[in-house]
Amino acid sequence: MSKKIKSILATDCGSTTTKAILIEWKDNRYRLTFRGEAPTTVEAPFEDVTKGVLNAVMEVEELSGRTILDGDEIITPDNGEKGVDIYVSTSSAGGGLQMMVAGVVKSMSGESAERAALGAGSIVMDVLASNDGRLPHEKITRIRQLRPDMILLSGGTDGGTTTHVIELAEILAAANPRPRLGQNYKLPVIYAGNNKAHDNIRKTLGEISDLDIVENIRPVLEQENLEPSRDKIHDLFMEHVMAQAPGYKKLMSWTDAPIMPTPGAVGFLIEMIAKKENISVVGVDIGGATTDIFSVFEGKFNRTVSANLGMSYSICNVLAESGIDNVLRWVPFDIDHNNLTNRIGNKMIRPTTVPQSLEELVVEQAIAREALRLSFIQHKAFATSLKGVQSERTISDAFEQSSSGQSLVNMMELDLLVGSGGVLSHAPRRQQAARMLIDAFMPEGITELAVDSIFMMPQLGVLANIDSKELKDDANQAALEVFDNDCLIRLGTCIAPIGKAKPKSKMAQVSLSFEDGSTKKVDINEGSLEMLEVPYEPVKIEIQPSRRIDVGAGKGEPLSSTIYGGVVGLIFDGRNRPINLPKDSSERIQNLLNWSAAVNEYPKGDLF
Amino acid sequence: MAHSYTPGLKVLKKTLFSKERILPLKGEVLVKQGDKLSPETIVASTSLPGNIQMLKVNNILNIEPGDVKACLVFKEGDSVKKGEKIAETAGFLGMFKSSVESPVDGTIESISDSTGRVVLREAPIPVEVNAYVSGRVGKVIQNEGIIVTSIASFIQGIFGIAGEKQGVLQLVSQDPSEELTAEKITNDMSGKILIGGSFLSLEAYKKAMSCNVAGIVIGGFNYYDLKEVLGYNLGVAITGTEKLKTALILTEGYGSIPMNKATFDLLKSHDGKNASINGATQIRAGVIRPEIVIPLKDESSEDVSSNVQEGIQEGSVVRVIRSPNFGKIGTVTSLPAELHKMESETMVRVAEIKIDGKNFLIPRANLEMVELQ
Repeated sequence: MSKKIKSILATDCGSTTTKAILIEWKDNRYRLTFRGEAPTTVEAPFEDVTKGVLNAVMEVEELSGRTILDGDEIITPDNGEKGVDIYVSTSSAGGGLQMMVAGVVKSMSGESAERAALGAGSIVMDVLASNDGRLPHEKITRIRQLRPDMILLSGGTDGGTTTHVIELAEILAAANPRPRLGQNYKLPVIYAGNNKAHDNIRKTLGEISDLDIVENIRPVLEQENLEPSRDKIHDLFMEHVMAQAPGYKKLMSWTDAPIMPTPGAVGFLIEMIAKKENISVVGVDIGGATTDIFSVFEGKFNRTVSANLGMSYSICNVLAESGIDNVLRWVPFDIDHNNLTNRIGNKMIRPTTVPQSLEELVVEQAIAREALRLSFIQHKAFATSLKGVQSERTISDAFEQSSSGQSLVNMMELDLLVGSGGVLSHAPRRQQAARMLIDAFMPEGITELAVDSIFMMPQLGVLANIDSKELKDDANQAALEVFDNDCLIRLGTCIAPIGKAKPKSKMAQVSLSFEDGSTKKVDINEGSLEMLEVPYEPVKIEIQPSRRIDVGAGKGEPLSSTIYGGVVGLIFDGRNRPINLPKDSSERIQNLLNWSAAVNEYPKGDLF
Repeated sequence: MAHSYTPGLKVLKKTLFSKERILPLKGEVLVKQGDKLSPETIVASTSLPGNIQMLKVNNILNIEPGDVKACLVFKEGDSVKKGEKIAETAGFLGMFKSSVESPVDGTIESISDSTGRVVLREAPIPVEVNAYVSGRVGKVIQNEGIIVTSIASFIQGIFGIAGEKQGVLQLVSQDPSEELTAEKITNDMSGKILIGGSFLSLEAYKKAMSCNVAGIVIGGFNYYDLKEVLGYNLGVAITGTEKLKTALILTEGYGSIPMNKATFDLLKSHDGKNASINGATQIRAGVIRPEIVIPLKDESSEDVSSNVQEGIQEGSVVRVIRSPNFGKIGTVTSLPAELHKMESETMVRVAEIKIDGKNFLIPRANLEMVELQ
């Protein structure tokens, strides 16, 4: 093998900020050593993404004292004192990758195409389908309006009927869509449908678009084959979309691996971690405009983007979708509704402001709970087993209500819940991040909680995805080691028994054995929330749930495991699922105040 | 001196305003560099491809898709009139024929052997772009449009609805803190752009629409009243396409907030003059704010202020843009370098501001530069 990689520079060009991180090989392991950031420079007056990259790298240079740049060039490889061995980057600048997908049946090939596009890191602007209820001219108008970066067309199983998918192609051809960026090139279209229709598709779309044909996304009903489409989307993202964005050609010439769309890189990392540790993971990134959720259950990866659920640009949409009462149920004081909606509106039109008063912070975190909850509902509905698949049922299944298309998300199975994005990563107290995650996602049984401190998952994802032979092993090792040591802030573990229980009755008894040999017993009572401060170290846990209560081993069944504390510790959540807040205002406020006090969520004062 | 970058909204007495006027598709530019323009001058025009009609001819005639071509009376590229027969079966011994008539005037764009569909395209839709403001052609962008330039007063709002409008400015509120009430809006204000003070109620806005007022510039409006105006909850601040008689531009935000004095005074000084306004707002990357452009008679470029934004410095006049103290104007007395812990325990960089003789520590992110000329 060639020489060990000693230093890695990675950047993520976001729509507003470009973030650079420096990873160095120190004391026989990879560690994140420095980070820098600067405004992204895709738009006027700069119109060159590399300017922002250089500014962010310059900050890393200043902090580390290491020379990385030679004028406007990144010095590679590392010669001991100057430069870095590898440079990689992700990008979501200029609105990221925006796609439109089409399938014959909305809930079958349409959904598979959407999964492929989302998995590749794109925003799906619309899903066209033969059965979506719109007339051809309505579809055509929609395609013209949207101007996507590319289109993924699928439909039909291999060898099956071709009429419907050709009809969709004809609609695309009639719309003659133009790409979002660049006036002078044809729109990339990927065809991933019935292989019998290839000739007809070429005839219909070959002239008007830049057509690529890949393997069918649903070769047979029972099988989904997303990989070829996902890979092709990544290739085209580089070749077409990125190449049109200002400065990207230069940036592409600097990097040692293809630039990935930011969410695609995050998804790749989460998928890899889940596989390596053999665990179920949910990751969330709540931004100003959108909320991305990634999950791996039963080894299957899914990603959803809730395009209009976010904490600044889309904050009013959270309010509109959840309703003001759902937001206010998390606020432990009375507040005038009209005044509150104006305040939230003002956050939308001045998205960079920060909560100065405690009252503002509490309201913002209440909205975050609802944004996360709604995004997760959308994710659960999308992350399903394949629809339209006939399964054989035996007599033992006769009383089961299961069918195809069930959600893969099983909160009792969830091992790790990772949050990132300003409202979670920058919450003044880590307890607030833990509470937001628990209240919104409602984990069941035993679940470890973490936040991504500075959102470096994109950079680690692109590192983990490097497939050049000489670089692959070291890059993967670096991604995993930095993820373990520097990326995640371990908040602790939530223990949440569920099942029918009378108010305030005992739901479970927990016995804990700590590293230093000490032990402790905790009762989890219905309606309560308790916290025990325990650092990030293994703790042996034995849980004896009450008769109708489940903590993961079945109703009334005891469970033994090893869990970890963290900067928050262990949280014992007896609030059952879903968390129902009392209708009576004073009772609800009292509950909220008790729960906040139990985990030391907010500073004590007039409000708490 | 300590320095902090905080973009503010522009309030410029005299500036060189320029704006792209571009066609959605390539077309013809109708003016030359240096030409004098009025807001209504058409600067470029083109034709958008006509709407599409798809006819399932095989289904209507009850034949196989491959047989459709043989039944067509026309071929690809031919023009057809509404009601004209475009396909007919041979029938049985010349009887029991079925036929398909064209539902629109248009041309036959394509005929599919595999699906039996015939695609008809309606006549092209003409599109024109006007100059939007009085001024001159600063630059011609071949086949696409122009950049219009104008020596003008220029004011940005924080949020607006409805697109481009023109009209004569009319001062209605006498003071920046005076509400613009429904009683003050009268029928003779049709086509005018009204200048208000602190607040416009839903009732007053409805009255303005009924009086065909072209636009209103005001300090604040209630967020929750937007739903009744727009017919839906405004989830993200991307506007400009609303079909409303009266454009609305907020200079400060939601709620009752006195209009910034510099904005108000500048608007007041132009009472009775022609202005072009645009409520289009896009608060995303590539932010677009609503604008008020008042072209000046004096076309000389003397005293034109540059648009270079300076950061906040000691002595800068700033506005607080988040509660507490929302909407208040103050002067920066110092910009401490270290992070400060706020009541919310958020650690932020702050500025020390003097408001009405009292000092406050406020996060820099919650301040907006008031740009004065």
